Amino acid sequence: MLCCTEESKSFALVPGSYCTSEDKTNFGGLKVSGEEGDQTLLCWEKGRYPQHSPASSSNPSVSPSVCPFFKSTFIWRVLVCFYRVKMASSFARVLSSKRKVGILSLVGAGSLTVGFFLNKEQRVNAGAHVRRIYPPSAEYPDLRKHNNCMASHLTPAVYAKLCDKTTPNGYTLDLAIQTGVDNPGHPFIKTVGMVAGDEESYEVFADIFNPVIKERHNGYDPCNMKHPTDLDSSKIRGGQFDEKYVLSSRVRTGRSIRGLSLPPACTRAERREVERVVIDALAGLKGDLTGKYYSLTLMTEQEQQQLIDDHFLFDKPVSPLLTCAGMARDWPDARGIWHNNEKTFLVWVNEEDHTRVISMEKGGNMRRVFERFCKGLQEVERLIQEKGWEFMWNERLGYILTCPSNLGTGLRAGVHVTLPRLSKDPRFPKILDNLRLQKRGTGGVDTAAVGNTFDISNLDRLGQSEVQLVQTVIDGVNYLIECEKKLERGQDIKIPAPISQFK
Amino acid sequence: MPFGNTHNQLKMNYTAEQEFPDLSQHNNHMAKVLTLEMYANLRDKQTPSGFTVDDVIQTGVDNPGHPFIMTVGCVAGDEETYEVFKDLLDPVIEDRHGGYKPTDKHKTDLNPDNLQGGDDLDPNYVLSSRVRTGRSIRGFCLPPHCSRGERRAIEGLSVEALGALDGDLKGKYYALKDMTEEEQQQLIDDHFLFDKPVSPLLLASGMARDWPDARGIWHNDNKTFLVWVNEEDHLRVISMQKGGNMKEVFNRFCTGLTKIEELFKEKGHEFMWNEHLGYVLTCPSNLGTGLRGGVHVKLPNLSKHEKFGEILKRLRLQKRGTGGVDTAAVGGVFDISNADRLGFSEVELVQMVVDGVKLLVEMEKHLEAGQSIDDLMPEQK
Repeated sequence: MLCCTEESKSFALVPGSYCTSEDKTNFGGLKVSGEEGDQTLLCWEKGRYPQHSPASSSNPSVSPSVCPFFKSTFIWRVLVCFYRVKMASSFARVLSSKRKVGILSLVGAGSLTVGFFLNKEQRVNAGAHVRRIYPPSAEYPDLRKHNNCMASHLTPAVYAKLCDKTTPNGYTLDLAIQTGVDNPGHPFIKTVGMVAGDEESYEVFADIFNPVIKERHNGYDPCNMKHPTDLDSSKIRGGQFDEKYVLSSRVRTGRSIRGLSLPPACTRAERREVERVVIDALAGLKGDLTGKYYSLTLMTEQEQQQLIDDHFLFDKPVSPLLTCAGMARDWPDARGIWHNNEKTFLVWVNEEDHTRVISMEKGGNMRRVFERFCKGLQEVERLIQEKGWEFMWNERLGYILTCPSNLGTGLRAGVHVTLPRLSKDPRFPKILDNLRLQKRGTGGVDTAAVGNTFDISNLDRLGQSEVQLVQTVIDGVNYLIECEKKLERGQDIKIPAPISQFK
Repeated sequence: MPFGNTHNQLKMNYTAEQEFPDLSQHNNHMAKVLTLEMYANLRDKQTPSGFTVDDVIQTGVDNPGHPFIMTVGCVAGDEETYEVFKDLLDPVIEDRHGGYKPTDKHKTDLNPDNLQGGDDLDPNYVLSSRVRTGRSIRGFCLPPHCSRGERRAIEGLSVEALGALDGDLKGKYYALKDMTEEEQQQLIDDHFLFDKPVSPLLLASGMARDWPDARGIWHNDNKTFLVWVNEEDHLRVISMQKGGNMKEVFNRFCTGLTKIEELFKEKGHEFMWNEHLGYVLTCPSNLGTGLRGGVHVKLPNLSKHEKFGEILKRLRLQKRGTGGVDTAAVGGVFDISNADRLGFSEVELVQMVVDGVKLLVEMEKHLEAGQSIDDLMPEQK
C-alpha cells in the first residue's frame, strides 16, 4: 500500500527513456517528470532480492501520456494513488520472481521522499526524510581552494538542484561529495572528488556525475555515447612480451553486485551479503581456478604472513580519499582475499569495491594473463547468475564501480618493464601519451619508480572495450621495447602518432 | 556520523543479527554494554534530527581499543541522543563516570568565590595552570552530525557573542580557513592553534568533515582566555596562564563562561544543559562539567615513586604528558588534572586539583630532601 503524504506531488507517468532489457542491460528504468519539472525516477533493478521463490515475471504496464490539464485535477491525484497501489501489487509479484526482481521507489522532489511499503515484502524505503533546515546556499561547500573534478563542476545551481534528492537506498549528494570536500587536491593528479553509494547514484545525481565522468574520461559523454564490453580474449593479437624487459604482467578490474549498496554506503549486513554471495561463487571455480578464501577477521598468523609475502594482503585504507568516503567503516568485518592455488588469480572482497579481480603472473605472457582474466570473470558471473544475482552494468557506463574513474571496463592492464635508456629520454612522456599509456612506480599509484623499472598501463577505462584496452597495452609496450632496443643499438627513435581514443 | 547508510532505514531490510557489529576484539565502554537485544531494540529509533544508534556506535566499532585508556566508543549527534538511546548510554555513563546512576543529579557551580585557596601554588614547581570545558548550543546538532549550514550558523553565533566581550576578555576571532601565514605562525607559537583531528577516534565519528570550514580560534588580547569553535564540540573554552595561580585562572574561567552564556541568551540561545547530565557535549566522557582543570608541574622524584599511581588515584587526579592526552611526560614535567567530570561541580573539581597539587608539591619537596612521604599519604577522596 502506498503512503502519500500531503506534501507529495502528483506525477505524470509518461513513457520516457525506457531502456529495454537485454542480456547485459539489466537496468530497466522509466523516467518520470514531476509537476514542477523536477526529475524523479522509477526504477527497478533485477536481481535485487533473488532469494524469493520463482514466480511469473511480467513487466507492469505503463500508462499512456496524460493531458496536462487533467493532471491538476483532484480526480487525477486519486487515480495516480490508485494506480500506484495497483502497480505496487503487481510489483509484489514481480518481486517474488527470481530473475526479474524489482522494487518501485519514488524519489521525491523538494525536501521529501515518499515512502511506501510493498504488502508482501515489507520493503522499507531508506530515503525517508532528508532533514533540511538551511537553504542550499547555506549548505553549499566552500570549494575555492579545491582542485578535483567534483569541485570543477559542482556549481551552486547544480548543488541546489540535487541536494534534496536521495537514491532509493537513501544516499544523498552530500554523502557523494564528502570525500571531495574533505580533500581539496592531490599533489600529482586531479582526483575525482566524489563516489557513488549505489548503482542509482549515477542516475539520481547525473547532473554532477556526467560532467565529472566526461572530464575524467577525456571527453566520454555518458549522455550520447555507448560503452562496449568485450571479454573475448581470443581476439588478442600477440601478447607475449620480451622477458628481457618485461618482468611481470597483470590485469585488474572490479565488479559490483547489483542490488547491494557500494562500500561508501553499505550497511554491515549488506557488506556481509556481498561477501557471502562472492565467496559462494568463487567456491564453484574449478581447474586452474580452484582456490581458497581468507577472511580478514579469521585468518591465522601464518596465513597472514604468507599473504604478505605473496604481496596479496591489502590493508585498511589509510588514504583520506577513501576514509573520508566512509569505505573503511567496520573494518575488517566482511573483508577478505580469495586466490587460486596457483596464485595467478586473486579477488579482493569489500575493499574499495565489492570485488577487485586480478590476474597476474611473472614474465611477459600478457596473453595468458588476459585469457585467465576473462575466463575467471565469466565463470564468476555465471556462478552468481545461477543464484539469481548479477553484476551492475549498463550500456551507458559499462561496469558500475564506486569511483567514477573506474567506470566502463574498470580495467587496468599493465606490466613491470625495465627501460633504462628510454626512461631517460625526454620524449618518453610524449611517447607514452600518444600510446595512451601511463607510468607509475612499481608500488602502484602514488609511488616512484625503483631503478629503471616502471609500471606501464592503459590510461583509459571507459569508451573502449577490455579487448581494445589490452591490445593497446600490448601494442604500446612492444613499441616501448622496440624503442629501448633501438637506443641500445645507438639508433634513434620516433614519437608515434597519437592513437585515437574512442574507437 | 552521516556516512553511508548508518542514518537511514535501509538496514531495516536486514535482521538485527545480520547488522549487529562484530565486537569480539573490542575493548571500549560501548562494546562492553551493547548486546544484540539492546541493538535490536534501538536500531529503528532515531532522534528528531535523524541520528541513529549505528551513528552513535560507529567510532567504537571502527576503533576496537586504545592502548592506554578505555575509550568510550560512542558519541552523541545532538542533545536528544542521550534520551533516545539512554538504554545504551546510561550504562556507558555509569561505567565511565564511577557509578553515576540514571537517577542521579549533577550540581553546577561556577561561582569562583567558593574556591578555597588556589592562588599560592609554588611557581618553582607549577609551571602553568589551565582550566578547560566545552559548551554546546541548544537546538543545533553536534559535530559528528551537523551539516555545513549548521556548523556555519554555530560559528556565526559564537563569533557574534565573543565579539561582545570587553575588558580583559576583549579579543579577536581567527577563522581557520581565512587566517594569514603570520597569524597562523603566531597561534602556533602561542600553542593555541588546533589542527585537523588525526585521531581515528574522532575521524571515525565524522567530526572532521568539511575541514576547515567554520572552524576557528578566538582569544583575548592578553592571551589568557581562548575559545575553539567547532573542533570536537561546538565550543571549547580555555582559561590559562603561566605560574601557579589557579584561583585567578578559575576566576577568569567562570567570569568568561557566565558572560558568554548571557550573551547567547540575549540572542535567544542557550547552552545544552539538564539537571541529570549537566552540560551536554559530544563525547559522554565530557558530560557534567566537561571540566578538566590542571597544571604542568615538575615532579621528577615523586613520579618515580612506587606509590605515585596510588596517590593520584586517591586524590582523584590523573596524569598526562605535557602534550596533552596520549603523550608522554618530558623532563619530569607532568600534566596533572582532575579525573572526574560528572557528579561533582566545577568548584569541587578545581578544589580537588588545587588541594591535590599542593600535596604533590609538598611530597616532591620531601623526596628532594630525602625524607619519606609515608605520613603524607592521603585518604581516598
